[in-house]
Amino acid sequence: MHSIPSVRTYFLIWITLTVMTFVTYLVAQIDLGGWNIVVALLIAFFKMMLVILFFMNAKAESPLTKLFAGAGFFWLILLLGQVLIDYISRTWMPEGKMW
Amino acid sequence: MEQQFESATLGMWVFLLTEIMFFGGMFCAYTVYRSSYPEAFASTSQHMDPLWGAVNTAVLIVSSLSMALAVRAARLGQQKALQILLLVTIFFGLCFLGVKAIEYHQHWVENKVPLIGGHWDYSEEPQFARQAQILFCFYFFMTGFHAIHMVVGVGIMLTIFAMARKGVFSSSYFTPVEISGLYWHFVDIVWIFLFPLLYLIGHTKKIF
Repeated sequence: MHSIPSVRTYFLIWITLTVMTFVTYLVAQIDLGGWNIVVALLIAFFKMMLVILFFMNAKAESPLTKLFAGAGFFWLILLLGQVLIDYISRTWMPEGKMW
Repeated sequence: MEQQFESATLGMWVFLLTEIMFFGGMFCAYTVYRSSYPEAFASTSQHMDPLWGAVNTAVLIVSSLSMALAVRAARLGQQKALQILLLVTIFFGLCFLGVKAIEYHQHWVENKVPLIGGHWDYSEEPQFARQAQILFCFYFFMTGFHAIHMVVGVGIMLTIFAMARKGVFSSSYFTPVEISGLYWHFVDIVWIFLFPLLYLIGHTKKIF
């Protein structure tokens, strides 16, 4: 059977998530230019990984389940990546316009 | 039993993948429009209150903690703890929806609801009126679909609570608790991304 994480582990993850929420709220109020969104998304990604690995206990799942979970993010990256490559590169063309 | 448990978990993850793609499509369209109309976006984000967003993020994280502890209690066969933790999860889920209702009411009062006659007014910055309408549509669709998922989640938790009261679960059978927990955490993750994207970006106030 799966190993059962301790209550302490869950509380530590919860404290980390709450602190990161506070950090992302404060950092958003400092003007970093284009870096604001990068920092905000990195923090969000970090929080997501904590929730998946510990709260959803994906660490303890079977390899097949891990593969399926990973595949979802792979397809999501394809979706976002391909669409953004299109829109970002449109302005590179001569006389390029967004629409 | 172990194999049954694993296939149930795998099935839930497959469902969550369809959910990732569902929300992913909206995130993708949102990103395209945000990068197309950055000034209009900066203008609309002034109407979102990051403090409410942060409070709701914290509320959802607490509910995720109680859900994770509920699954743990179910695994260990602790009936009383399981029921209490499910109620805590439901309570914080309802808190989240309450805060969301306050925010929606605020938008309604400020006439920031597009597509509904008489409740859209962007005369403070008329040059962005049309683009702001698109961005508010994204805001309402993304948070709205998330809120619907929350309502469904609360319904699932009430069902699990009723099952727990009947004594359905034991340390050898807790699959429904486990997979509804996965759903609850997934809805939390969607909000973890909605919060910075809708509330924080473009909201620089320079408090430091």
